[in-house]
Amino acid sequence: MAALLGWALAGLPAFGSPRASLGILIDHLGPSVRHATDMVAVVNFDARGIDTLAEEFILLAAATGVAELLRRARGEESGPAVDQRSEFGPDPGSEALRRVGPALVGFTVLLGLYIVAHGHLSPGGGFQGGVVLASAVILVYLVARYADLRRAAPLPAFELAEAAGAAGFVVVGLAALAGGSAFLANVLPLGTAGQLPSAGTIPVLNLAVGVEVAGGITVVVAEFLEQTIVLRQRVRGRR
Amino acid sequence: MTVLPYAVAVWLLLVGLYGVVTSRHLVHLVVCLAVVQSSTYVLLLAVGYRSGALPPVFAGEPAHIRAVDPVVQALTLTDVVVEAAVTALLLAIVVQIHKRFGTLDPDRLQRLRR
Repeated sequence: MAALLGWALAGLPAFGSPRASLGILIDHLGPSVRHATDMVAVVNFDARGIDTLAEEFILLAAATGVAELLRRARGEESGPAVDQRSEFGPDPGSEALRRVGPALVGFTVLLGLYIVAHGHLSPGGGFQGGVVLASAVILVYLVARYADLRRAAPLPAFELAEAAGAAGFVVVGLAALAGGSAFLANVLPLGTAGQLPSAGTIPVLNLAVGVEVAGGITVVVAEFLEQTIVLRQRVRGRR
Repeated sequence: MTVLPYAVAVWLLLVGLYGVVTSRHLVHLVVCLAVVQSSTYVLLLAVGYRSGALPPVFAGEPAHIRAVDPVVQALTLTDVVVEAAVTALLLAIVVQIHKRFGTLDPDRLQRLRR
């Protein structure tokens, strides 16, 4: 294995002078062909559009897999939601968290939406912004009680968001097919590079991915939370 | 020629593998696997770096400036997504193992099976 590692390292290009020419090509074509300013977004949603669709489905499959693995097993019942944080003190969360937290939720949602919306202009996009949006939901859990969270943010809504995001990506791709061009080819006016509505379908795809990722990550986190908070083993485990 | 970025990638790979091999706790093992995978992020970004180049974001600059390779950056994004998916699934499996066997020590799990 050490020999294989050494062999692989010997084949690397010198640091600072990559040999691949594909990136240079994208750097030259991206601004003129797609009117986008973020070349990583061009790679993700134009050159490798189908790969990104698959990537989105990886996340969908993982969230489904987690939900399936953590489904209610025999001998388990959902007790009243017992927040284990209360074992560490009389009230959950510190004073500072409860005072600053609610203000941070709005800020985090705004930041997530900003990152999703500007994916074709600056570093960011659906994946990054979606995770920020999901972290806003986790922030709500930190500052509120679990039961409040379930009432304010029902899990089926996030499952629906996840599926709708994944479907939205496919719909944008199929729209190009219906217009007679290749799957995921651009179907919208390109606009002026650097402005918010530009780069054709890239912002739409970013939005779809953002909704999908925010839903998917929230579902995964909620499944793990449910394990520790709601489900109790009817038969106490043998020691 | 500097080799430091590649050295960091190799170090992350080896230190992660060491953790996986010597792990006595399944959650610890999953985290070590994440460390192993993070070496691929460093490697991918290092492969695409161009000396003195700007990030591949052209906000107002002329399009002919030298920029680092955007392809490997996009691949790194894919890598991160895959890692998040793998970690979530593995942790879900770990939860189920703990429910069934009541332990997370790989050695004790082997003893239980016999």
